[in-house]
Amino acid sequence: MVDKPHLDEEALAELQNVMEDEFETLIHTYLSDSRERIESLKAALNDEDADAVAKTAHSFKGSCINIGAPRLGVLCREVEKAGIEDRLGDAQPVLGSIEEEFQRVAKALHALMAGAPDKRVR
Amino acid sequence: MDDPAETARLKILVADDSDSDRLILKSLLKRLGYSVVGAANGRDAVALFQSEVPDIVLLDALMPTMDGMEAARQIKSLAGERLVPLIFVTSLTEPEDLAGCLEAGGDGFLSKPYNPVMIKAKIQAFNRMRLMHQALSDQRDLMHERNRQLQEEQHIARRVFDNVAHTGCLGAPNIRYHASPLSIFSGDVLFASPRPAGGMLVFAGDFTGHGLPAAVGAMPVAESFYGMVAKGFDGSDILREINQKLVRILPKDMFCCGIMVEADFAQNQLKIWNGGLPDTWLLRSPTEQYTLPSRHLPLGILSADQFNADMQSIRSQPGDRLLLMTDGVLECTDSKGQLFGEQGVLHAVESVGGDAHPFDVLMSEIQQFTGQQQFGDDLTLCCLEMVDEAGQAALPDAGELSALAGPTQWQCVYEIRDSTLAEFNPLPLLLHICMEVPGLRRKSGEIYTLLSELYNNALEHGILRLTSEWKYTPEGFDRYYSERATRLSEVDGHYIKFSFHHERMPSGGCLRVVCEDSGRGFDFQNHPVLQATEMAQSGPRYGGRGLALLKRLAKSIHFHNKGNQIEVAYEWFY
Repeated sequence: MVDKPHLDEEALAELQNVMEDEFETLIHTYLSDSRERIESLKAALNDEDADAVAKTAHSFKGSCINIGAPRLGVLCREVEKAGIEDRLGDAQPVLGSIEEEFQRVAKALHALMAGAPDKRVR
Repeated sequence: MDDPAETARLKILVADDSDSDRLILKSLLKRLGYSVVGAANGRDAVALFQSEVPDIVLLDALMPTMDGMEAARQIKSLAGERLVPLIFVTSLTEPEDLAGCLEAGGDGFLSKPYNPVMIKAKIQAFNRMRLMHQALSDQRDLMHERNRQLQEEQHIARRVFDNVAHTGCLGAPNIRYHASPLSIFSGDVLFASPRPAGGMLVFAGDFTGHGLPAAVGAMPVAESFYGMVAKGFDGSDILREINQKLVRILPKDMFCCGIMVEADFAQNQLKIWNGGLPDTWLLRSPTEQYTLPSRHLPLGILSADQFNADMQSIRSQPGDRLLLMTDGVLECTDSKGQLFGEQGVLHAVESVGGDAHPFDVLMSEIQQFTGQQQFGDDLTLCCLEMVDEAGQAALPDAGELSALAGPTQWQCVYEIRDSTLAEFNPLPLLLHICMEVPGLRRKSGEIYTLLSELYNNALEHGILRLTSEWKYTPEGFDRYYSERATRLSEVDGHYIKFSFHHERMPSGGCLRVVCEDSGRGFDFQNHPVLQATEMAQSGPRYGGRGLALLKRLAKSIHFHNKGNQIEVAYEWFY
């Protein structure tokens, strides 16, 4: 099911183009937002607050899609769905996958930023 | 954007709780040339909407503190009549959720991930909608303003019109009438005025068309009517003048249906001319009722030489009621669209009984028929009752003394002869000459009465040798008028001559009038009927009323020659 790429290269290139000098700010903002959201998801699962789980996962999903992290977006969607359908037991293992995937995305984005100036020169 | 200048000014409010999403959207929009303000939740969005007054709003549906739905509702309500396109940016996909966004006041959606091409196209589309709405609102406001101006102008026009076309003596106790308060713009007119020597003239008119054109046509009619009645002209004179005026000023497809009624309460006589209006009803008693249908074309159609202003003379009795109406009465409709019609009037007239006033009966039948308390604009109904002259308010001593002294020492002779006797009424002209004397102007009613008694006596009795007594029986009445018409066609060689002589007196003036006719005269010195009265020199040609009037008004009366010359002296004082 999760056959989406970790990063959508095309979308990220488009974003770099649009954001210009603010691209790095955007990535940092995204990364810190995402960490906050993962913490919120954990707390909501602990509290067994299905509504909060669904809403947080929904917002997280939107950011991931926009930034060009589609695989992470799909995982968020699964948690959102579990929250809506009040299947919090199913959400717990997916949260593990989200944390794992987020680490990968963060690494890749950092790598992208490191190489970004070259890309723009090209 | 299509218009760079417009683009530069366009301000967009972006509300999204996700910092990264908001950052992306703001950058995108700035690159497209818009000015952007951002909010992280619904409450801030509403506050920014008030302080920044953006042109377009992009809202995330799900936000903390206040979600997009509630923010949308508040923003739409704050925007009022202004159209502020409100676009939800969302990754929601469930139809119910999307429908909820639209119900909250959303105008459309943008889905994540953002696509710059789509965003640009959407914003342009919504901006076109916004500008169109703005243009429509501006035009509507302009129309409201124009409409207000127009109403104000009509209000002023109405006041001018009311000054010209005042209601005259419609308030007299023997008149009942209904005329719409908006009648000037409906094309109906109703005028009434007392005549200088007693009696009344009433005119009801119905112009083709509505609105200002009809009112403009009504103005000269009012002027002619009131001006001429006061100067002593009769109904026929006024009809001729109105007709000629309307022919000249109205466009071809416009004319005026009208009824002229001349009521002589002293002689108990009605004269009627009906051109194109519904039948007039003469109601004498529940069993004695007559219709007086239109016998002429409306006013403003025929040229002066084709126009027939002859009025139908009817002998009346005190208490007779004349019911005149415009087409609006017949054209009243009930809920099924059926017309009240002549049938409705007939039914109302036939059901008048006891003490009920026919005016009230007809009005209430119309109300019952239409099921409405309010009538259309173009309904005019008037009921004139024949009453004793004593109950009538005569013209008051008119006007103030002019600053100009006017002529005091003068004389003139005016003679009409042959066929002119049948065609021309010299009274208004003679009155006009006398009215040049300011002191006499205040006595126009008395002077007119005096002149008309002299003139009518000279013509009808002196020359035509008609007998007053005929007028007092129904058969005689008809005979009187048919004889009058016949004899008027044989007046060659006859004349009536008025000689005026006015001189100043210590505190006023004296007007001497000698009226001479070509008739045979009468033996005023040996007439037995007159020997006993103190007015020994009067003759039987004068009916009791005419003589009494002259005696009351004039200082002295003398007959000369063979009785075909009468001299009266009228004195006036400051």
